[in-house]
Amino acid sequence: MASSTYTARNPQLPIAGFYRRLKAFDELAYLVTLGSAVLILAVVGLIVFELWVSSQPTIKTFGWGFLTSSRWDPNSGHFGALPFIYGTCVTSFLALLIAVPFGVMASIFLAELAPPRLSNILTFLIELLAAVPSVIYGLIGIFVLLPLIRSYLVPVLTGAFGFLPLFQGDFYGVSFLSAGLVLSVMVVPFIISVSREVLLAVPVDQREAALALGTTKWETTWQIVIPNASVGIIGSIFLALARALGETMAVTMVIGNTPKISASLLAPGYSIAAVIANEFAEASGELYISSLIFLGLVLFGLTIVINALARILIITTTRRGA
Amino acid sequence: MVMAISPQRKFVNAVMLSLSGLCTVIVIGVLFFILGYLFFHGATSLNLHFFTNLPKPSGETGGGMANAIVGSFKVLLVATLIGVPIGFLAGVYLAEYSGKTFAFVLRYIVDLLNGVPSIVIGIVAYAVVVRPMKHYSALAGGVALGIMMIPIAVRTTEEFLRAIPNSLREGSLALGASKARTVFSVVVPAAISGLISGLMLNLARVAGETAPLLFTALGNMFWSRGWMEPIATLPVMIYNYAIAPEEDLHQQAWAAGFVLLALVLAINVTAKMIIMRGPAASRR
Amino acid sequence: MATPRQQVVNEADPPSTMPYEPPPKDTSRCKLDVKDLNFYYGSFQALHNIGIDITRNKITAFIGPSGCGKSTFLRTMNRMNETVRNTRVEGKILLDGENVLDMDVTNVRRRVGMVFQKSNPFPKTIFDNVAYGLRVNGVRNQSVVAEAVEKSLERAALWTEVKDKLNKPASALSGGQQQRLCIARALAVEPEVLLLDEPCSALDPIATRKIEELLFEIKSLTTIVIVTHNMQQAARLADYTGFFLMGKLIEFGDTRKIFQNPSVKETEDYVTGRFG
Repeated sequence: MASSTYTARNPQLPIAGFYRRLKAFDELAYLVTLGSAVLILAVVGLIVFELWVSSQPTIKTFGWGFLTSSRWDPNSGHFGALPFIYGTCVTSFLALLIAVPFGVMASIFLAELAPPRLSNILTFLIELLAAVPSVIYGLIGIFVLLPLIRSYLVPVLTGAFGFLPLFQGDFYGVSFLSAGLVLSVMVVPFIISVSREVLLAVPVDQREAALALGTTKWETTWQIVIPNASVGIIGSIFLALARALGETMAVTMVIGNTPKISASLLAPGYSIAAVIANEFAEASGELYISSLIFLGLVLFGLTIVINALARILIITTTRRGA
Repeated sequence: MVMAISPQRKFVNAVMLSLSGLCTVIVIGVLFFILGYLFFHGATSLNLHFFTNLPKPSGETGGGMANAIVGSFKVLLVATLIGVPIGFLAGVYLAEYSGKTFAFVLRYIVDLLNGVPSIVIGIVAYAVVVRPMKHYSALAGGVALGIMMIPIAVRTTEEFLRAIPNSLREGSLALGASKARTVFSVVVPAAISGLISGLMLNLARVAGETAPLLFTALGNMFWSRGWMEPIATLPVMIYNYAIAPEEDLHQQAWAAGFVLLALVLAINVTAKMIIMRGPAASRR
Repeated sequence: MATPRQQVVNEADPPSTMPYEPPPKDTSRCKLDVKDLNFYYGSFQALHNIGIDITRNKITAFIGPSGCGKSTFLRTMNRMNETVRNTRVEGKILLDGENVLDMDVTNVRRRVGMVFQKSNPFPKTIFDNVAYGLRVNGVRNQSVVAEAVEKSLERAALWTEVKDKLNKPASALSGGQQQRLCIARALAVEPEVLLLDEPCSALDPIATRKIEELLFEIKSLTTIVIVTHNMQQAARLADYTGFFLMGKLIEFGDTRKIFQNPSVKETEDYVTGRFG
């Protein structure tokens, strides 16, 4: 800038001071923004640090056997993570089992069949489902879903499949099944949203090539378009899984909060997030609290890994997102 | 070879395509069911007391959630003051200053933070604020929610700043403005509608969070003074009332749920409408 | 190999007093008979009253400047235009007497195949690409499929180049090879008509020549309709040529006549390079 060299050569001018300050502001702005960025890194580091340090009492007492022990008895000082890991896994997989077929099919409709305007409106509405707070899902879960499951679904399941250990035992409403069902509704918008995008990203000429050979629309979609988009769809499933693993409120309201491992889906259970939510505020004793925190660390690790996988899979297919 | 379109193929085609439409209808149906049910159950339980009165024990009429409404507002205020500046400035850094490798690392870490379950963030806020202070507080709740607001603030800031065309920046620089001037006086104002809608989406998401507040802000049946006391918030009240055995508390939970959902969805829809008409619209 | 010109069946052109006179109709030689075809994109009329006979086992070429409707017309013949929203077609397209517009669309597309401007192999192996159409249409027997794949690749002049790497991905082939693969894939379902939409426009001259040679060889198996912006290609390959302009078929007939002695002024202007 000509003016800055002018002021550099004439530093005694009052305006030179102004430019010096201006440049300093530039530096300042850079440092402040950089500082914020570094601060975020520090926050994440803090999270990992706090979780690790606060888990130490439990790690020292039980070692990694904590993860395989199924005994959770705060009163006698026995803590084992297995019931919660089991519950988290069971409910999440059940949620995916239901949400994936629905989600992929719906995304097929939205990407391949629906006219663009309708598709956009419907997708907008479906993404609103993702904005509903977890506690609201829990509310509907307790007062609407549980009675419905008890009246309609469970009789059918025990009637038709009662011979399976999956559907045996008494049903009191709160159960793995109920939690899995609520979770499936909560994660289906993620599957639909991402799958629809990856399907739309498949080039038109692939569909044309298949149609021109005399395939039906379904055959083209199922045999050509979906395989083309499969990596991204799997990414969306991982995303949904990560979401399901960390879901707290809706799960704790309908799962039964019982630290027991059962083969039956109709039995009450517990999940990692649910036990922390339920028992943390009243937990007393260092070992109790640190056990809960260690569970948090486990959950943290799990969701990090799965989210990372999801990111890699999705980015390679849509080239969106940073 | 005889090749022809068999009736079986046509049948499969019709069935599967119809199924896909059915699945969509079911998903949309669930959404409307939730909205409708909440509206029906919640709106009918809603009365003026809800907005003006403190909670009353079960059995007494006229209980409300005035303290929870104010409490949510206070906690969200703290959260915004903590999370938004950090997120915004980091977003500015990513969009305007950063080099490639650091940007990649930072984005990855931000995404990582976004994926951390809210309950885990609650644990960290507990460890960092509640434990040293030895009591629950609105501040602790605000810290937890503030941390959750950071990733979305970063991402939306970066996205909307990037959407501003370079010609604007060049025009400013060519006039002799410094880079900082250009960014904060030209680019940011140009992106302001997007940034505000991003903030709204952020707030809407965090306003409904319950888990991280359970052992940071905890709850309160009365008014909380200042920022250092445990404080009632709407989502936590809904949770507490929903799992209570008394039916009249359930009614209040529905009312609160309706209010919360209406607020969250209204903010969401408004924010998305603003985004769809903004400068970033062409990039979507 | 005899040049295409020498293969043209001589037919007497009646003296012309009309802007153009189509060749005399002989239904046994007519594979595709298009009558009064009008086509609309929304409210825009892209094709006006097209009437044409495609002779079986011959190569028919459509030429014309960009945007004249020749590709649009090609795509109506296997109803690919229906994948675009808001399109409407009026008129008749008779394939051996049956109206294509009334038939089941999937069946039409199996009988009337298409090769596209830019090659679009599936992300599968070379073998699976060619076998795809067969499998979709119900051919399950492994050895039948393998035989058909080999035959199609031979006809597409690709067999010797790929016979040792049938299990490699199709994307590993060069552009010209990929296009021949797409031709093989289309041929595998034994189409009665093969439509080609500027198949060589993205290819170098050598690859182009290979494809022209193979088209020439396979015309006895199927009826070929090719859209091209390259007049020399039409002159080399086609038995019959149609000239399109602004959605209308201006002139159609024996290729020699179109190029050497066109009846319509616009045709003459185009083929002599005065425009387009």
